[in-house]
Amino acid sequence: MKMLTPPVGPEDHMQGPEDAPVTLVEYGDYECPYCGEMYPVIKALQQAMDDRLRFVFRNFPLTGAHPHAGHAAQFSEAAAAIGRFWEAHDLLYEHQDALDDASLASYAQALGIDPADLEAAFDGRFDARIRVDFSGGLRSGVNGTPSLFINGRRYDGAHEPEALLDALELAAAVAG
Amino acid sequence: MMSDTPHPPASGPLEAGRPAPAFTLPATPDQQLALADLRGKPVILAFYPADWSPVCGDQMVLYNEVLPEFHRYGAQLVGISTDGVWCHAAFAGERRLHFPLLSDFEPKGAVARAYGVYREHDGTSERALFVIDGEGIIRWSYLSPLGLNPGADGILDALDALAGAPQQGARS
Repeated sequence: MKMLTPPVGPEDHMQGPEDAPVTLVEYGDYECPYCGEMYPVIKALQQAMDDRLRFVFRNFPLTGAHPHAGHAAQFSEAAAAIGRFWEAHDLLYEHQDALDDASLASYAQALGIDPADLEAAFDGRFDARIRVDFSGGLRSGVNGTPSLFINGRRYDGAHEPEALLDALELAAAVAG
Repeated sequence: MMSDTPHPPASGPLEAGRPAPAFTLPATPDQQLALADLRGKPVILAFYPADWSPVCGDQMVLYNEVLPEFHRYGAQLVGISTDGVWCHAAFAGERRLHFPLLSDFEPKGAVARAYGVYREHDGTSERALFVIDGEGIIRWSYLSPLGLNPGADGILDALDALAGAPQQGARS
């Protein structure tokens, strides 16, 4: 059984209560179409589980396959630096067809990210953090995107919302 | 081309401790790569069934991203399938792969057979991983379910063990 390494910590981007019985971690790539398909599914799961679910997103950009994935991740971290990570995350998944630098610059402007800070992000200001996410994913057995972990265990089941909700409910029941 | 004598039918992947069978295979339409060329540093052999499997879960695309981590161990990654050299060239170009893909095409699957990972009925290799040390000894091998990308964690753990480093993180 592949376990999440490192476990969820204060450095992570998270939504939902810290003491939620279930934590869902996604390793994702903003340009990956399968992650794009997962995006509304996770929104629905969050709605269904409400405050029983904490959701964590970690970077796993496959930059060789997805030319915009690296800059998209860097942009999201620049947004995180001003406390707007999740808005950036949602914007990216809602505009997967427009992830070029000009588009990212316009999203940055909309979020209030200083253009110089976006440049610094593109120049690598947050790359160490993105790399930590990526390496942790590799060690945890992430083999592609999206990869999901439920309460620290890799989820290898179907990506349909019903199957995922069942898995989350089961994890909640086990957690008591 | 395999220069070795024929090997008996495989009963699973060669295990740790066995010498890695020698081979020379085409890496491009006009270049050959021999396992012996890579002596002195760890080698990761990644057998996979075929080029052009689905995009995001693709094992070779993942390994392409992990190359910097492999290189920190001084390890060389080599992909092997029974696809022909032109197929490999197109695949590596389209996926922007930065490591060699060897063509185990003629005699078909000879190297896969030597490593115990040929699928007779499919005419492809299994999805299997080998980590070979600088002396040419297999130090770790793994047979993955065919449809499941095995990821990189097993390889990294094996490279850690080779380097004598403590394994990072707990796995069960």
